[in-house]
Amino acid sequence: MNLTLHVWRQKNPAAAGGFVTYPVTEVSPDMSFLEMLDVVNEGLITRGEDPIAFDHDCREGICGTCGFMINGQAHGPKARTTTCQLHLRSFNDGDELTLEPWRARAFSVVKDLVVDRGAFDRIIAAGGFISAAIGAAPDGNAIPIRKENADLAMDAAACIGCGACVAACPNASAMLFTSAKLSHLAMLPQGQPERLERTLKMIRRMDAEGFGYCTNHEECEAVCPKGISVTFIARMNADYLRASVAEGRRVSAAGDSAGG
Amino acid sequence: MKLDAQVPGGPIDKKWQKHKFDLKLVNPANKRKYTVIMVGSGLAGAGGAASLAELGYRVKCFCYQDSPRRAHSIAAQGGINAAKNYRNDGDSVYRLFYDTVKGGDFRSREANVYRLAEISVSIIDQCVALGVPFAREYGGLLDNRSFGGAQVSRTFYARGQTGQQLLLGAYQALERQIGAGTVQMFPRHEMLDLIVADGRARGIVVRDMTTGEIETHLGDAVCLASGGYGNVFYLSTNAKGCNATAIWRAYKRGAGFANPCYTQIHPTCIPVTGEHQSKLTLMSESLRNDGRVWVPKKKEDLAKPASAIPEPDRDYYLERKYPSFGNLAARDVTSRAAKAVCDEGRGVGPGGRGVYLDFADAIKRLGENQIREKYGNLFEMYQRITDENPYRQPMRIYPAVHYTMGGLWVDYNLMSTIPGLFVLGEANFSDHGANRLGASALMQGLADGYFVIPATIGNYLAGLKPGAAVEIPEAKGVEDAVRQRTAKLLGIKGKRTPSSFHRELGHIMWDLCGMSRNRAGLELALQKIPALRAEFWRNLNVPGENAELNQSLEVAGRVADFLELGELTCRDALTRDESCGGHFREEYQTEDGEAKRDDAHFAHAAVWEYTGENSTPIRNTEPLEFENVHLATRSYK
Amino acid sequence: MTLTAQATPTAAPQAFLRSTIGRKIVMAVTGVILVGFVIAHMTGNLLVFLGPEAIRNYALWLRAVAHGAGLWIARAVLLASVLLHIWAAASLTLASRRARRVRYQEWQPRASTLYSRTMRWTGVLLLAYIVYHLLHMTFGIVHPDFVELQPYHNLVVGFRDRAVAVTYIVAMILLAFHLDHGIWSMVRTLGLSHPRYVPMVRKLSVAIAVIVALGYISIPVAVLAGVLR
Ligand SMILES: Cc1cc2nc3c(=O)[nH]c(=O)nc-3n(C[C@H](O)[C@H](O)[C@H](O)COP(=O)(O)OP(=O)(O)OC[C@H]3O[C@@H](n4cnc5c(N)ncnc54)[C@H](O)[C@@H]3O)c2cc1C
Ligand code: HEM
Ligand code: HEM
Ligand code: SF4
Ligand code: F3S
Ligand code: FES
Repeated sequence: MNLTLHVWRQKNPAAAGGFVTYPVTEVSPDMSFLEMLDVVNEGLITRGEDPIAFDHDCREGICGTCGFMINGQAHGPKARTTTCQLHLRSFNDGDELTLEPWRARAFSVVKDLVVDRGAFDRIIAAGGFISAAIGAAPDGNAIPIRKENADLAMDAAACIGCGACVAACPNASAMLFTSAKLSHLAMLPQGQPERLERTLKMIRRMDAEGFGYCTNHEECEAVCPKGISVTFIARMNADYLRASVAEGRRVSAAGDSAGG
Repeated sequence: MKLDAQVPGGPIDKKWQKHKFDLKLVNPANKRKYTVIMVGSGLAGAGGAASLAELGYRVKCFCYQDSPRRAHSIAAQGGINAAKNYRNDGDSVYRLFYDTVKGGDFRSREANVYRLAEISVSIIDQCVALGVPFAREYGGLLDNRSFGGAQVSRTFYARGQTGQQLLLGAYQALERQIGAGTVQMFPRHEMLDLIVADGRARGIVVRDMTTGEIETHLGDAVCLASGGYGNVFYLSTNAKGCNATAIWRAYKRGAGFANPCYTQIHPTCIPVTGEHQSKLTLMSESLRNDGRVWVPKKKEDLAKPASAIPEPDRDYYLERKYPSFGNLAARDVTSRAAKAVCDEGRGVGPGGRGVYLDFADAIKRLGENQIREKYGNLFEMYQRITDENPYRQPMRIYPAVHYTMGGLWVDYNLMSTIPGLFVLGEANFSDHGANRLGASALMQGLADGYFVIPATIGNYLAGLKPGAAVEIPEAKGVEDAVRQRTAKLLGIKGKRTPSSFHRELGHIMWDLCGMSRNRAGLELALQKIPALRAEFWRNLNVPGENAELNQSLEVAGRVADFLELGELTCRDALTRDESCGGHFREEYQTEDGEAKRDDAHFAHAAVWEYTGENSTPIRNTEPLEFENVHLATRSYK
Repeated sequence: MTLTAQATPTAAPQAFLRSTIGRKIVMAVTGVILVGFVIAHMTGNLLVFLGPEAIRNYALWLRAVAHGAGLWIARAVLLASVLLHIWAAASLTLASRRARRVRYQEWQPRASTLYSRTMRWTGVLLLAYIVYHLLHMTFGIVHPDFVELQPYHNLVVGFRDRAVAVTYIVAMILLAFHLDHGIWSMVRTLGLSHPRYVPMVRKLSVAIAVIVALGYISIPVAVLAGVLR
């Protein structure tokens, strides 16, 4: 099959970018989308041109490295599918495809279709963990966990950190990502002691990174390759409200022994 | 090359406890004066970096991905073993130890394996505490399954995403330390060389992959947890970026490389569809619990759809050859059997490199719903990739490279032959001998990272003056060498792309040093690879420049190292005149085609010592003694 | 790790209002008040169908609640709500603009609705409507024959002008749009995530939006149709 690609090319974060058109001829519908780009790049290198930079690693939909917009849809048209797992059979012969990097202020373009998602790591570093010192853990079966909660925690924990939610959100909001991580830990008994602090810290970090807010468009859920549910956002909002109230209480008692 | 394994004395079950007591400690107040460099953020690297930082050391951690969370440990599906015996089915530390030594075909070091089995128990506890959402039963307790033909249920899992969840646990622990300022994280930084001064590992040279900056990072000890080298075969289940560069450069700076020929082939992967194929996808082995493997008896039937081939014309070759284990025979045995039928010209699918994995009987027996419940996500994944519905027609599978048991040689303390250079996880050779059991690599990665390195590194550092801040003259030379090499790669401006060389190397490796090997083939490979390497340095084309994100340059550097490692792998395979585990030499097999070990001559680890460009490396050996598990032959009949 | 470590006594509410979720909650809480108002206001207005007396008595009653203070308290709350609602909406909209400086060349919606994507426009138009409506029905400045405390008369006379009636009808459709997404969104913002209630609320918000709009629209329509005269 044949395709025409309009690809965003940008040499570095400071450079101005623009679209460049590449015809793609005689590719197999069984190729993955990234394999098609490999073919394009092999051609570019052979001609001595700069190949299209795109992020990828596992190519099996789990590492979350890949991803860009294909015709205005994050990870392309197929539901619950990362770009690396998308195959050309999802397109028609002769299609014109526009490839654009994730666009958000918090995700600056590194080159072409590659963006910097370091903001996600910083949100985790702000509090997305359980402070369990290594070596100090009680037996794994010491605290039984209700199966439904464990399963729900797993649903949330399935997030691969790809950033498609931010890319697709009309507000460039990172709420789906942040709420998935918060919910994963909030659903587990081990996550309770730090639950409220964690909520405040991660959300403050998220805001500081310059993501937008959520107006419940639900585009994020629709493009999320792991089908993370927007109900986690609601859960996070509720926790945030609770945490803010609790914080207010702690603050007003700050004069005496609070803070320990 | 001196190979002192440093195995402590005493009975096997007391060795680790005793050793921990004997190890020297670093005064808590002094720990922050030491800097440890950790290359890798997989289970071993992230686990190690987090634990070391928690102890108080300063840690610098490096990975080539844009985030430490993306290390390839993330891709493990099946599960992680631990000798918890929660099932009361007779499991014990000793049994896990025994199974691992035996599964490794008696080519691993007993003391290390025992320690691994012992620590496995604490790993699960630690992971639960860190919030890993393991599968649970309705009573709220942890669920287990049996995996890879083990006779006890000791595998813990988190849906089909165990590696991901374990890694996220370690990653979060790591991020916590990053937030606290005790770990400095360097994502998109690739280690390109090791700095050795006064015989000790003192630092690394890295390239900042976004700016091209070549930087030196010094420390008091260097840990490599850079994963396996399966990509020397080009096509494998590894991630595209997985590379051998870190361990290979360490090898060239004096670290012994052990058993490179021990590579594991996984029997259930999705077959190659064409030359454009860029990687292979693993399908969980659990599929073999219910699927039946077959190919047509007659070549004429290959053109027909599977359903049109009547029962008597099908060859259920695993059930035929291995009546008692049938479709559940060991990974290497199953893989070779698939290759054999395809070599006979009876392979199915495009290219004739595939066999059927058929669920028709299981669906008849259990109903489609139950199959969907058990394997739904795997079937979905298969359909997404192949566009074929496995509920209606049999899956097509073929073996693929999956794991490398070989790696840098380490002693009981995980220290390589270069003092101060520690090697963790898949990058070292330590615990799996010639063959790794399913669900044991995750266990090893976390054991090394969370529990072993924090204990053993202190012993090394305790004798040292903290010196990360001290300039060392050697560093400049190493940095210059890296710069020159990068410039050289960019300067060739030939005709061929880096990937084309990689693909060609892969073909050589897979054909001549893959599932089964023979002398003539390996000798041929030893001619072809140097020739290819020569062409590489003559005819490579890397566009662009160094001072930018340059993915072709990254690939080129990795391929350059694979071109050398591939040769060593073949050489190792050629000199190991026996078959064991993942290393099958056609000359050494029993009458019915089983691997034949030669314990009299090869019960040792082969440790290669670099002797310089264009000079044959030296093969050293570490003899392996089996005091607890007695040498015996595997049988899957 | 303590919460109070960096917090000064006033920090908590400030931090809340600075955060995106905090402002979002402000928008939702004021939304609840405004929704409550529109429903109550609609019910009150429907008294018009019971004749001039009924609605006049209602207006008088409103002015008598709590010795006349009631109305003023309600007005203050309403005004504050509208101002806060607008402030939150404006500041968050700006935050979102900043969050994506470079726009997509191409973008295809998959799950969002026309209503969710037009909230800012329907909101601004509602503000314009409210201003006009106050000048029209409360202050009578743009009313052809405004009589204090004669709501029946004011309504019937006001809506005899076709253009005015149509303006109201259009505004009420915009209101329905705003509410269709707004009510649902507000419940989400306030934390409802239970899988059993989520679909119920989704339906409920459509229902309220439609009922409220139809309720209001019935008045100008009735005037135009000559039912009310
Ligand atoms: C598809 C698949 C499924 C598997 N399933 C299972 C399973 O079910 N159970 C099981 O026990 N095992 C399984 N394994 C094996 C297991 O996942 C791996 O052996 C293990 O996770 C390796 O962990 P690691 O920490 O050693 O390396 P990795 O996780 O590979 O991490 C390597 C790290 O090193 C970094 N790195 C590499 N090179 C450089 C460099 N030059 N410079 C800087 N950084 C570098 C990378 O960025 C990365 O952070 C599976 C493997 C695969 C491929
Ligand atoms: C005065 C002018 C108004 C403006 C500028 C305005 C603007 C907005 C904006 C931008 C939103 C956020 C969109 C979203 O969450 O998707 C919103 C939400 C909302 N608005 Fe308005 N609006 C106005 C008036 C009203 C009125 C009169 C009502 C009630 C009748 C109302 C009810 C709501 C509700 C319930 C929400 C949802 C709150 C939430 O999602 O948390 N708004 N408004
Ligand atoms: C067809 C629709 C509507 C009609 C017929 C209508 C009618 C009226 C009338 C008659 C009054 C004067 C009442 C009095 O002074 O006692 C009034 C006041 C008011 N209306 Fe409406 N209204 C409509 C829709 C709306 C809507 C949608 C809103 C808000 C979003 C609204 C907001 C107000 C406000 C704020 C006042 C002033 C109340 C006060 O005295 O403080 N109206 N309306
Ligand atoms: S929530 Fe979904 S879309 Fe967002 S980062 Fe996680 S996996 Fe990607
Ligand atoms: S698309 Fe954006 S608006 Fe909210 S529901 Fe998802 S974050
Ligand atoms: S490359 Fe790993 S998810 Fe696509």
